[in-house]
Amino acid sequence: MSSPRNTEYEETARTDLMLTQNEAGEIFNRIQKLSTADEVEVLFSGGRFSLTRFANNTIHQNVAEENHVVSVRTVFGGRTARAFTNKFDEESLRQVVRSAESLARVQHPDPDLLPMPDSSEASGRTGESPVSTRTVPSRHFEGTAGITPELRAEGVRKIVAVAERHKLTAAGVFSSGESVEGIFNSRGLSRWHTQTSAEISITMIGADSSGWQKANSPDVGNLDPLALAEVAARKALDSARPREIPAGKCTVILEPAAVLDIVGFMFWDYSGMAILDQRSFLSGRIGTKLFGDNITIWDDVAHPLQVGSPFDGEGVQRQRVALVESGIVKRVVYARATAERMKRSEYKDKVGPIEATGHGFALPNEMGEMPLNIVFAPIGDPQSLEQMIASTERGVLVTRLWYIREVEPFEKMLTGMTRDGTFLVENGRVQGGVRNFRFNESLIHMLSNVEAMSAPVRSCGEESFDMVVPAMKVNDFNFTEVTKF
Amino acid sequence: MKHVANWGLNIAALRGASYADVRVVAQWSRALTTKNGKVGSASDAESVGMSVRALADGAWGFAASAELGRGAVEATAAQAVEIARASARVKQEDVRLAPEKPAVAEWSTPYKIDPFTVSVEQNIELLLKIDAELRSVAGITLAETNLNFNREEQWFVSSEGADIHQTKLSTGAGYAAYAFAGNEIQKRSYPNSYGGQWQNKGYELIDDLKLVENARRIAEEAVALHRADQCPEGKFDVILDSSQLGLQIHESVGHPIELDRVLGMEANFAGTSFLTLDKLRTLRYGSDLVNVVADARQEHGPGLGTFGFDDEGVAAQCTPIITNGLFTGYLSSRETAHTIGENRSGGTLRAEGWNRLPMIRMTNISLLPGEKPLSLEQLIAATDHGILMQTNRSWSIDDKRYNFQFGCEIGWEIKNGKCVRMVKNPSYSGITTEFWNSLDAICSRDAWILWGTPNCGKGQPQQVMGTGHGAAPSRFRGVRVGSAFKNN
Repeated sequence: MSSPRNTEYEETARTDLMLTQNEAGEIFNRIQKLSTADEVEVLFSGGRFSLTRFANNTIHQNVAEENHVVSVRTVFGGRTARAFTNKFDEESLRQVVRSAESLARVQHPDPDLLPMPDSSEASGRTGESPVSTRTVPSRHFEGTAGITPELRAEGVRKIVAVAERHKLTAAGVFSSGESVEGIFNSRGLSRWHTQTSAEISITMIGADSSGWQKANSPDVGNLDPLALAEVAARKALDSARPREIPAGKCTVILEPAAVLDIVGFMFWDYSGMAILDQRSFLSGRIGTKLFGDNITIWDDVAHPLQVGSPFDGEGVQRQRVALVESGIVKRVVYARATAERMKRSEYKDKVGPIEATGHGFALPNEMGEMPLNIVFAPIGDPQSLEQMIASTERGVLVTRLWYIREVEPFEKMLTGMTRDGTFLVENGRVQGGVRNFRFNESLIHMLSNVEAMSAPVRSCGEESFDMVVPAMKVNDFNFTEVTKF
Repeated sequence: MKHVANWGLNIAALRGASYADVRVVAQWSRALTTKNGKVGSASDAESVGMSVRALADGAWGFAASAELGRGAVEATAAQAVEIARASARVKQEDVRLAPEKPAVAEWSTPYKIDPFTVSVEQNIELLLKIDAELRSVAGITLAETNLNFNREEQWFVSSEGADIHQTKLSTGAGYAAYAFAGNEIQKRSYPNSYGGQWQNKGYELIDDLKLVENARRIAEEAVALHRADQCPEGKFDVILDSSQLGLQIHESVGHPIELDRVLGMEANFAGTSFLTLDKLRTLRYGSDLVNVVADARQEHGPGLGTFGFDDEGVAAQCTPIITNGLFTGYLSSRETAHTIGENRSGGTLRAEGWNRLPMIRMTNISLLPGEKPLSLEQLIAATDHGILMQTNRSWSIDDKRYNFQFGCEIGWEIKNGKCVRMVKNPSYSGITTEFWNSLDAICSRDAWILWGTPNCGKGQPQQVMGTGHGAAPSRFRGVRVGSAFKNN
C-alpha cells in the first residue's frame, strides 16, 4: 500500500476476549493428561470478527462473533484421527479427547504417518538443505483490533456520501477482526500466531453499470474508504450505457484482482500430493517451460504484503519457495509425509527438490499441502495500467472476474464472467463500458501470452485467496459469449 | 436452553430493542473419507453457541458468542443492540417486519436409523469396499469416497413469544474415480459429483443409494472417456439427467428468485438478479411445461431445504415459483415480504450456524415432474438427434443470472432414438429464460429425484447452506453445445 496511513482508527483493543498462548498451553496440558494416545497434537484457532454490510446506501446487516475452536489429534500405532469442539470446560475436553481416540483406534495403520515433529524439526534446523525463510513481521495492529461498530459505520457513511454525490447506489462491507492460530504437540512443539485483519469492499451501482474496489490489510491504517469509493464510482460512471461488442480472442488488460482470481485456480496443483495422486496439471511438466519468460512466482509468507501464520498444519516453518522461474516450473511444495512418499515414488527424479516446505494442512487430510502466500516477482520494466491502455490498439479492460470454474483440468481451462467494470480500449484510450463477457481460457495459454505487467501489489478478490500480483496485459484471451448487461 | 435465550431477550429489551430473537444452536458432524485404499480423514466436530438478532432505532444488529454463561449471553445481547444503533447511523428507512403469529413448537427430521449410531468401523469398511471396486478397473489412477453425517439442534425464542425447538439430521455419501493418461484427466462420480447425494434422512439413505453396486460401472466409464470422441460443437437438442438439472435449477431459478438479491442486498458479492419486481406474474420464465415450487414442507420430501420452521420462526411453506411457465413467486423473509405486496414471509430465512445471521436461502426448489408417464429411455427413444449429459463437472453463471455455462462428466450422442456413442467433455451454455422456454419434455414421477446441494455459498461473511432440488430428466431444444472448447 503506498497511500498515507489512515490514523482515525487508532484506539485500544479489547484483549479480554482473545485466547492467549499461555491459556492455550494450560488447555493443552489438561488435554494431554486426559489422553492415553501415543502422541497428541492440539490446534487452536479463533478470535473475534465483525462485519458491517451495506446495500442501497443503508447498513442492512451488522454482525459480530466470538469463538475459539480446539481440535485434538491422537495417534495410536500409526492410526490417527481428529475431533473438534468450541467448548473448553473439563467435560467437553474429556469428550473431544474420547472422540479423537475412539475414531483413531478403529483406523487401519497408515504406513506413511510420521511421528509428530519436535520444535527442532518444525523450525527447519535439522533439515538436509538450508531452509529459505525470513522473519515474519508482526501482523497484529492495535488500531485494527480496536475498531468499533461506530467507526465502521462512519466509514460506511463516507462511502455512501460518495455514492450519493455521484447519484449512485453503494453496496459492500467494512470488516475487522482479530485471530489466533496455535499448535502444541506431545513432542514439545509450541507455536502461536496472532493477527488482525480489516477489509473494505465496495460496489457502486448505476442505472445500467457498476464499479468495484476491494482492499484488505492487517493494518486498517492502510485502508482508505474514500479513495476506494471514488475509484469504484468512477468505474460505474465510465461504464454507463455499455455497448455490446462480439466475443472472440482479443487483448485484455486484467487488473490485479482479475489476475489473482483466475491464477488462483492453479495453485492447488503445486502440491506433492497432487502429483502423487495424478490430479495435477503439472504431472510430467515440472522442469519444463510452461509459461512466458516474464512469469516468476514465489510462495513467501514473510513477504511484507502477505498475511498468515509462519507455520503449517503440523507446526512446520513455512519456507520461501520458488515455484516458477522465468516460465519454468521449478518445484512444488510438500507436507512432511508427502515429501517422504515422493522420495520413494517413481516420480522422485522428475519433480525437482523434495523436502518438507511447511505447507501442509492439518492432519489427517486427503489434499496434502498447498502454497497459500503467492507472490509474483516484479519484472524489470513494469508498466502502469495507464501505460498498458496507452499501448493498446484494441482490447478490453477488466476490473474483476466472477464465478470461475475449471472446465478441463490438464490444460487448466477455466470459464467465468467479467463483472463490475468492463471497458473497451481503442487507440490507446478507454472508450466506454461494454457488456460483460464469458471467457473460456487455458491458464497455460494465458501465462504464456503476457505482454506487459505492472508492479505486483497486494490484491484480493472473491474467487481465490489473496496474493501479491501485478496487473497483466494478455494477448489472445478467449472470450466466448456475451451476456445481456 | 430456553433460560439461556431468555437472558438474551431480557437484556435486549432493557437496552431498547423493539424486536429481538435468540437462537441457541448445537451442531455435530462426522466426516469420513478414503483415498486409494486408505482412510483419508476421519473427524468428529461439535460447535455450540448462541446469537442475538435485535432491532433498535429501526436497524438491525447481530452478535454471537460461544459462551452460554449468563454474563456472556447478556453481554452479547447488549452488543447486538449497540451494533443496531450503529447501523441506524446509515439508513434510508426503518426495517419493517411482516406480522407472524408466534409459534410454540417442537419439530425434528424423521429418520429410521440415526447415522451417529452406526459404527465407524462399519462405515470405513463400506468406503474401502467401494474404493476397491473402483480401483479394480484398470486405468483408474485415483479413487475417493466420502460419508458425512450432521445433526443440528436449535432453540429459537423471540420477543414476540415464539418458542421453537427444532432438530435436523442430514446424511451424505458419494465417490469419484479419476483416470489420468496422456494429457488428459477424466472423472466420473456417483451418485452425483462434489460429495454425492445428501438428504435430510438417517442412515437409510446409504442403503437406498446402492453405492457398491454402481462402483464398477462408474470406474469403467471414467476409463472409457479417454477413448471417447470430443463432444461436437453446435446447436443440439439436449437431455439433462436429473442431477445436472437439479444444479441448473439451483443456479438459474433458485438464486435469481432470492428477494434479497433482487432488492440489491447481495450486490457486492453474490450479485443481483434479472428478476426485477416488475417481472412478477408478467415474465414467461419457461415453456408451459415448467412448474417450479419452493417447498420446505416435509411432504415434499427429505431435501436439505426441508424443515419445520425457518430461522426467524416462520413455518415451512410451499410457494409456486413458476406456474405453467409464468413467473409467480420469490423467496422472501419477514423484512422483504412487503416489497412484493405480501403480508407474510415465505419462510426462507436460514443461518449456517449459531454465529451467522439468518438470510434468505433456497429451500427445496424443484421442477415438478411431467404428468404423463415418461421414462428416460422413452425420452431418448423420442429424440432424433441430441446429446444426453450426465453429472455436473463445472458450473458458472453471471451475477444477474442470465448467461450460464455447465460442463458434464459424460455425454452420449443420440441418433434416431438411440445412444450411439459416448462423448467426452460435454458442455452447454445459454441465457436463462431462453433455455427454460426451450424445454419440451419432462420425465414423470418415477424418474424424479430430490437432490441435495450441500455447498451453496452466499453472504458476507460467507455462509454455506444445504438446499434441495427435485428434478426428472428433461429435454431442451436447440441448445448451444461445446462453445467452452471453441478456439481452445
